[in-house]
Amino acid sequence: MGYTKDQLLARLHELKIDFTCYDHPVVLTVEEQAKHVGHLGGALSKNLLLKDKKHRLYVVSALAGTKVDMKILSQCLGLGKSGLRMAPEENLLQVLQVPLGCVTPFALMNESASAVSLLLDQGFKSKQSCYFHPLTNDVTIALSSSNLDKFLVSVGKQPAYVDLEAAPAVGKDNPPDLAHLVPSDVPNSSEQPTENTAPATVPHQNNVPKETEVKAKPKVQSKDTGTSQSKVDKPYDTSVDKFVNDMFDIISPLFLSEASKKLDIKKEELSSLIDALKGRAAPDLESLVTGLKNASYTSGFHAGFDTMLNRGLNGQPSRN
Amino acid sequence: MAAAEQAVGATKEDREVEEEQVVNPWEVSAGKGGIDYDKLVDQFGCQRLDAALVDRIARLTAHPPHRFLRRGLFFAHRDLNEILDLYEKGEKFYLYTGRGPSSEALHLGHLIPFMFTKYLQEAFKVPLVIQLTDDEKFLWKNLTVEESKRLARENAKDIIACGFDVERTFIFSDFGFVGGAFYENMVRVARCVTINKAVGIFGFSLEDHIGKVSFPPVQAVPSFPSSFPHLFAGKDQLRCLIPCAIDQDPYFRMTRDVAPRIGYQKPSLIESRFFPALQGENTKMSASDPNSAIYVTDSTKQIKTKVNKYAFSGGQDSIELHRKLGANLDVDVSIKYLNFFLEDDDELEHIKKEYKEGRMLTGEVKQRLIAVLSELVARHQRARAQVTEEMVDTFMAVRPLPNMFG
Repeated sequence: MGYTKDQLLARLHELKIDFTCYDHPVVLTVEEQAKHVGHLGGALSKNLLLKDKKHRLYVVSALAGTKVDMKILSQCLGLGKSGLRMAPEENLLQVLQVPLGCVTPFALMNESASAVSLLLDQGFKSKQSCYFHPLTNDVTIALSSSNLDKFLVSVGKQPAYVDLEAAPAVGKDNPPDLAHLVPSDVPNSSEQPTENTAPATVPHQNNVPKETEVKAKPKVQSKDTGTSQSKVDKPYDTSVDKFVNDMFDIISPLFLSEASKKLDIKKEELSSLIDALKGRAAPDLESLVTGLKNASYTSGFHAGFDTMLNRGLNGQPSRN
Repeated sequence: MAAAEQAVGATKEDREVEEEQVVNPWEVSAGKGGIDYDKLVDQFGCQRLDAALVDRIARLTAHPPHRFLRRGLFFAHRDLNEILDLYEKGEKFYLYTGRGPSSEALHLGHLIPFMFTKYLQEAFKVPLVIQLTDDEKFLWKNLTVEESKRLARENAKDIIACGFDVERTFIFSDFGFVGGAFYENMVRVARCVTINKAVGIFGFSLEDHIGKVSFPPVQAVPSFPSSFPHLFAGKDQLRCLIPCAIDQDPYFRMTRDVAPRIGYQKPSLIESRFFPALQGENTKMSASDPNSAIYVTDSTKQIKTKVNKYAFSGGQDSIELHRKLGANLDVDVSIKYLNFFLEDDDELEHIKKEYKEGRMLTGEVKQRLIAVLSELVARHQRARAQVTEEMVDTFMAVRPLPNMFG
C-alpha cells in the first residue's frame, strides 16, 4: 500500500519544506501538464521508470527539455549499450505505487521502492522551482531542488545529480562513471507474478487503500559484476545471535586443538564439551553483546542528532 | 443417601468456587483450588494454544520454541493462527506489550511477558512497541505526575535490560507520547464504547473518577499501526500481536470489538498464566511484602533466604513421610518457579519425577531453584547496570526503525 498525496504533503509540512501546490485535471504527459502549469515559470520535469536486464529499476527525473539518451545512460551505468529499457506498467503500480503517467521522485518514499535508484538532472539545481507530481496525476507541486533533497534525505535516499546530456566515451580507460548508482538488491516484485497485475485499467492507488500482498524480500542478493557497486547501502548485519555464534566458531576449533593436544583426548570427544559450554555461556554472552550494540547505537544516534542540529544537511558528506 | 448429599454439596461448592474467581486487569483472586484456567478460557472466549501450534511457530521461525511455549505457560490465544497464516505468506506484523510502572522494583513475574516478547521479536524478526502507562498509575495510585514519569523511566531501564533489539523497538510513556495520531485513535475508540459497556468490562462504578473511565482507549490504541505514524505510515492494515498475562484480556476484548467498527484490524493475543507468589498460588504478590516475590534487585543471599524460608513447599512434613508419599507438585511453588525458569526440559522432568516420588527432598529442589534464579537475576543486574539515561532516551526517541522487518 503506497503513501497518498496527503500523506506526502503532510510529511513535507513536517519537514518544513516550502512548496506550492497546483490542482488540475488528470494529466498523463508532460505536454498536457504544461498546458496547466507551464506558464507559471517553474521547470517541468519528465520522469522515466527504467529497468535493466537484471530487473533493477531506475527513476530518471530530468528537466523536460533535457535530452535523455538511453544508450549513453546505459553505458554510463555500466550496463552495456542497450541495457536499459522502459519498465513495464506493473513496476509502476507495484514498486513505485503510483498510477500511469505519474512517475515522480516522491514515489521513493514507499518502502516497496527502497531498491530503486534515483537519477536527478543536474539542471534542476539551477532552477528556482521544479515541478513534480506528488504521487497523483491531478496535482503538481513546485519546490526547489534543495528542498527536494531535504525530502529525499528524510526518506533515506541520497540525492544523485547527474549530467544527463553528457556523452563520455565509456571504455577501458574511462570506466562507467555512474556505476555506483546501480542498485545492489534485486527489487521485490520484479519477476514474481501476482494477482494484482491489472492488464488495462489503472487502479487509483491514491485514495483507495488496498490490502496488497507484501512479498518477503528475496534473501538472495544479485551477484554483481565488478563494475557495479551498490549505491543503496546494504543493511548492517547487527544480529546478536549471529555474532555470538561467530565468536564460538573462532574459539571452538582453537579450544579443541589445544585441549586435545594437552590432554591427549580425541577432538570428537571434546566437541560435546563445546556444545555444553556454548549452551551455558550463550545467554551471558548475548547479554553482553546486546549491551554493546545498545551503547553503540545510542552513541551513534546522539551523534547524528547533534550533527543535524548543528550543521544540517551539510554535516553529512555527499556521495558524488 | 450420603453419596447424593455429597454430590449436591459438591456442586454447591463448585458454584462457590466459580463465583469466587475474579480476573480483570486490577484484580486477580483465585477460588479454592487456585485459578481454574479452563474455566477462564471458556469464560473469556479465547482459544487454547496446543502443541500443534507450538510446532507451527517453531517451523515458521526456524527457531526452537521458547520454554514458556513448550511448557504451556503461554497457553491461550486469540487469532494467533491468522497471524501465522499471514506470516507464512510473507506478511509481517508487529508486537505490542507494556507495563504499568507502579513501583521501582520489578519482580520476576513482571519480567515474564518481557522475556517472552524478546523471544518473539528475535524469532519472528518483527518490530515492537512497548507502552509505559504512567498515566494509568497516576490515575489509580496515589502518585504525582512527576513520580509516575520517573518510575516509567526507571522501569524502562529494566525492560531494556531484558535484551530487546534497539533497531526494532520503540518504548514510549503515555505522558510523553499521547497526542497526534495516537490521540486521534484514542478518541475514535472512545466514541465506540458506552459507559455501560465500560462498566461491564472493567467494573467501574459511579464513584470512580472520570480519569479511570476514559483510560481504557489509551491501552487499546497501540494495537493499531496508525497510532505510530513515524513507524508504520502507510501500513494501516499491519497486524498486531500482543503477548500479555491473561488478566489483560478484557482490554483487548474491547479493542477487538471496536477495531472493525473503525476500519482497523483486530489485534491478536497470546496469553500467559499467572506467576505464583512465593507463599503459594492463593496469596498475592504485593509491593508491601518483599517476601512475596523475588525482585530483580535481590542479592544471591536474599534469594537464598526467600526461597528457603518462604517458598511454599509441596513436600511432606517429615523426611520419612516424604520418602513414602512424595511431594504434591500442584502446590509446590519451587517446582512452579523451575517450570518458568529452568531451561533444560530433561532436567526439569527428572526433578519433577524424583520429587514427586519422594526420592528428592524439598531442600534439594530449592537449592537448584536458588542457583537458577541467582544466575538469572545476576545476569539481569549486569545488563541493567549497562543501561544509561542516553540509552533510555534513544529507545524512547520517536525515530524511524528502517531495519524493523529486516
